[in-house]
This record gives sequence, C-alpha cells and structure tokens, in this order.
Amino acid sequence: MTEKRSKPTPDAPSRRRFLIGVWVGLVGVVLAEMAWIVISFFRPGRRRDARRQSGALVVAGPVDRFEPGSVTAFREGRFYLVRLDDGGFLALHRKCTHLGCTVPWVAEEGRFTCPCHASVFDVRGDVLNPPAPRALDLFPVRIENGIVKVDTATPVRRAAFDPSQVVRV
Amino acid sequence: MPKDQKPDQGRSLAARIWSSVFRGPVIPGSDRDRKWIVFNTLVLHLRPIRVPASTIRYSHTFGLGGISLTLVALLMGTGALLMLAYEPSPGGAHASILSLEIGVLFGRLVRSVHYWSANLVVVVVLLHLLRVFLTGAYRGPRQFNWIVGLSLLGCVLASNFTGYLLPWDQRSYWAITIVTGMVEYVPVAGDWLQRVIRGGAEIGTSTIITFYTLHTTLVPVGLIVLMALHFWRVRKAGGVVRPDPPDEPGASRPDHVLFLPNLLVREVAAALTLVAVVLVLAIAFPATLGDPANPGMSPNPAKAPWYFMGFQELLLHFDPVFAVVVIPLVVAVALVMLPYLRHDADLEGRWFLSDTGRRTAIAAAAVGLVAAPVWIVIDEYLVHSGDWLAGIPPVLSYGVVPGAILLGGVTGFYFFVKRRYGTADIESIQAVFVLLVVVFAILTLTGVWFRGTGMVLTWPWNT
Repeated sequence: MTEKRSKPTPDAPSRRRFLIGVWVGLVGVVLAEMAWIVISFFRPGRRRDARRQSGALVVAGPVDRFEPGSVTAFREGRFYLVRLDDGGFLALHRKCTHLGCTVPWVAEEGRFTCPCHASVFDVRGDVLNPPAPRALDLFPVRIENGIVKVDTATPVRRAAFDPSQVVRV
Repeated sequence: MPKDQKPDQGRSLAARIWSSVFRGPVIPGSDRDRKWIVFNTLVLHLRPIRVPASTIRYSHTFGLGGISLTLVALLMGTGALLMLAYEPSPGGAHASILSLEIGVLFGRLVRSVHYWSANLVVVVVLLHLLRVFLTGAYRGPRQFNWIVGLSLLGCVLASNFTGYLLPWDQRSYWAITIVTGMVEYVPVAGDWLQRVIRGGAEIGTSTIITFYTLHTTLVPVGLIVLMALHFWRVRKAGGVVRPDPPDEPGASRPDHVLFLPNLLVREVAAALTLVAVVLVLAIAFPATLGDPANPGMSPNPAKAPWYFMGFQELLLHFDPVFAVVVIPLVVAVALVMLPYLRHDADLEGRWFLSDTGRRTAIAAAAVGLVAAPVWIVIDEYLVHSGDWLAGIPPVLSYGVVPGAILLGGVTGFYFFVKRRYGTADIESIQAVFVLLVVVFAILTLTGVWFRGTGMVLTWPWNT
C-alpha cells in the first residue's frame, strides 16, 4: 500500500489542481455574497419607497379649476399640472432631465428654464435648448368624475412630446 | 542600544515609572543617542536612521506628502469633535450645525478648521501627484506605490464629496444633486448606481445616512490602511526619489545625514507652519452655512463642489456620456497605466526629468493657457449659440465631433513636441500631461469663477 501511495500517479496533480480550483471558487462565492450583502445595505430605502407609493396619488382638483393654457405647480407632488390651450392635461415632473435640478416655470416667457445649465423646455416639456437630452418626464394623469388625479409614484420617461401623451376630459 | 539597567534600589518611584515608559535617552546628547531614539520609538522607527542629504532639500518635494498627512490628522481630530454635535437627518442636520456654531465653545473654529483642511488636502494631494509625476518618481520600485497614491486620491475625493452634503444647506444639497445627476449618464448601470449612491430615487434621509456613514467610518478606515501601505512602500523603495546618482556601495555613505535631527526638524517645522496657516484661514474666513436645503428651489447658478467643477464645465461643451464617462475613464486608465509603460529613457529624480523636459513642459503649459480659454469662448459664443447646429443630432455636435477634435489635438501635440524638441517618449508624455492638467485647471477656474446666472460666461466681479 505504502508503495502505491509514494508512487506519483498521473492523476494526482490534476486532482490537486481541481481541489485548489474548488477552494478558489468557493472563496470567490463567499466574496461575492459579502459584496452582495454590502450593496444591499446601501439601499435601505426600499421599504420606505414602498410606503410612499401608496400615498403617491395626488388629487389635483376638479377639471374646471384649471383654465386652458395654465400651468399649476404642486410642491408636494413634485410636478406641474399643465392644461394645454386645447383643454388637454399633462403632469410634468419638475426635475430637469439634464442633472436633476428643479425647473421653475417662467410665466412671462411661457417656458421652463433650468437654473443649472440653462436648459429650456416649452409648456409641453419639449426641449427648446440643450444640454437637456430629453423632454421633461411625465406622471400618469387620470380624470375620474371630473376630478384630476396624478400618480406620482414613478416618472415616465419620454424622448419628446407626442399628442398621445395628452389626457383629455 | 539600551543602557545597562540600574538596580531598583535607591531610585524613587517616579524615576522607576519614568524609566519603565522611556527605556533609553529622551533628550539626545549624542548621535549615538539619536540613532537609539529613532530606532526605539514607535512612530520614528518607521523612518530610516539616515537619509540621503540630497532628498531633504525642501524644493525637492516641497514636503507635500507630510503636509497631506498633517491635514488628515487635523481632519480626523476636528471630525471626531464634530461627530459629537452633528445629527445626520434632513430635519436635524442644519439645525445641529447652527447650534454647534452658536452654543459650543470654539464650535465654529473647529468646524472652520475641518472645512479649510478638507479643501486644502484636495489641493495638496493633487500637487503631490504632480510632484511625483514631474520628478518621474513612478517607476522601478515605486510603480505600485503610484497606484496606492491614486487610490488615496480617490479616498480624499470621496471623503470631501460625502462631507459636502452634511451641512444640508442649499449649496450642499444642490451640489450633490448635480454630481449624483451626472452618475445617471453611466451607460447601462447609471440608474441603478444613482439609486445606490442616493439610497433611493431622491436625496433624503437615506442619502444623508449613507453619506454620513461613508464619511465617518468607511472612507477614513480605507484612508488609514492605504496611508500605512503608502508610507511603508516609500520606506521599502529607499525613501523618496533621489535627484542625484547614489554613491558607490560602501560602508561610510558620506552623502547621507542622520534622520534625527536633519529631516525630522524640517518636517516638524513644516507641520507647525501648516497648522498656523490653517488656523489663520479658519479665523479670518470661517466656513459658511447657507439657508437650509429646499428641494423645491434650485439656486441660480447651482454648482458642484469646486473640485468637480471641471466636469460640470466639460458638461457644457460635451455630450454627458463623453463628459462624465468617456473622458474621466480615459484619464483614469492613462494614470493607472503610466508606471507600466515601457519607458525609453532612464530619467528620474530631477524636476521635469531633464532640460528638454523643462522646456517642453513650459511650452505645453503655454499652449494649454491659450488653447483652453479660446476653446471655451469659441464654443460658447460661436458654435452653440448659433442656430446652425439645430439639424445635427446632439450626439454628433456635442459628442463625437468635439471628442475627435480633442483627441486629434492631443495626439498632434504629442508628435509636434517629439518632432520639434526631439524628446524621449517619457518627456513627450510629460508634456501632454502638463497640457491636460493646465486645461483641466482652466476648466475648473472657469466653472468656479467665470460662470454666473444660468451658467453664462461672465466676469467674477459681476456675480
């Protein structure tokens, strides 16, 4: 028996290499698990986000309160409710699509002008002046029994304005 | 070499306690005592007994590494005090700093020392990087220490950036909004990365807790570990790079002097001067605290922290993917690869490597000083304000075309220097590096001082 063990068999080095490979692989798995745990700790907000979503529906008010061609700011909901000249509604996220600054509505010029990098958007959220890469995000608008409701849970991205985005009474 | 232990009889308790703590001479009387002290003191024994005389001239290194270390020590001391007063929550942060400044003895001074040290350490660490680059001290045994140094630069920037949010005033809130907004442009993972950094979709409670934790534990621990590694590698490389050829290996080493007192005295003098300067700055120009953060109103203009203003300025001239991903990535890869290039000339230790190196570096700085402002002005007034770009997709007009011009300009400059001055590759690389540093410095200065309302070019005295 001892004679057999001391003799170098051809498969011994490959078995050793295999076992080393298994150990290295296991260490890799452990490190990956730890990295995963660390990263998931960096996102403690998920539960809080879920709670916020239930209160994300903002009741803006009756349709008649918003005159055609008007822009109304909703601070809590972080959006502007726009009623276009033809009576259609759009809810524009107030966050600039360039770097996330809050875009104020400049009523005299009839457009949104970002203070950070001078991006300009028209009343429908379309880009008039870069560097903003796309139109202002939208929140879904619903009109139920003549009451305008805006779902502010998740902003909807879009490249540019399209008539199908307008919600009509 | 400890002296012979005297028997305890006949010695007072105080003397016996003293000699149990200090087992040898404390006030050195001779060179022999000095060597003993360096060798047997915890902190000092990290240093060699003797150092090459040529490396302790102040103008060889300007003591930038030691200055960084002193600033980090100041930051950790004042930071620990600030932690006692600070409340990491959107509702409490601003108020806790106000009550620190009003109600705590020297509260404002401690905060101002932290503020000034934090800003200075960015400048000093960048100058340190420049010194190492321009004396060619990234080759041979120092290759890996260059990488450690770059990681330390990353830690310093991370530390500064996470600290910037904590006052929770308008300036800090919107600066962090803009910089984390830049993250969104990272291809594929941008959205996810931004959520991880912010701890959610918007900047709020999660963000401030994440930043506070990074700022007060994770980054400082990384900083301490990397600094220890950095200093140890300096020692193992035989100290800082030498401006003169070393002597023949022999016993006497006439070009060396004792570390104590020659180098230590200089280091302590530099550190004390620095502390005095920081104190004067903190008293004369205390850290400010603006209005509490208001997510509903962006100030105009809203700017990133000054050390990231170069990127915000780039964003005005380049497509976001180029400005915040491609260009920084190319620069980072180039910096990491630098020590591993095959260097064709054995030049190190002297400032600018050689006389040719000095001439080309000056030429490069001059080109950068002229080219960057001209480019900014042309881009602002001629290219992007005209309507004639309207038909071209922004990826071309803001991305590919200026990117190609930049790449072509830098490559052209490299070969121009080679042809005109007959430089070695290592000197041409140095010239390109100097050019890029000058351009980035001008972009940063432009962003900080020459951008007013709506980020329009203006004079600093008009804002």
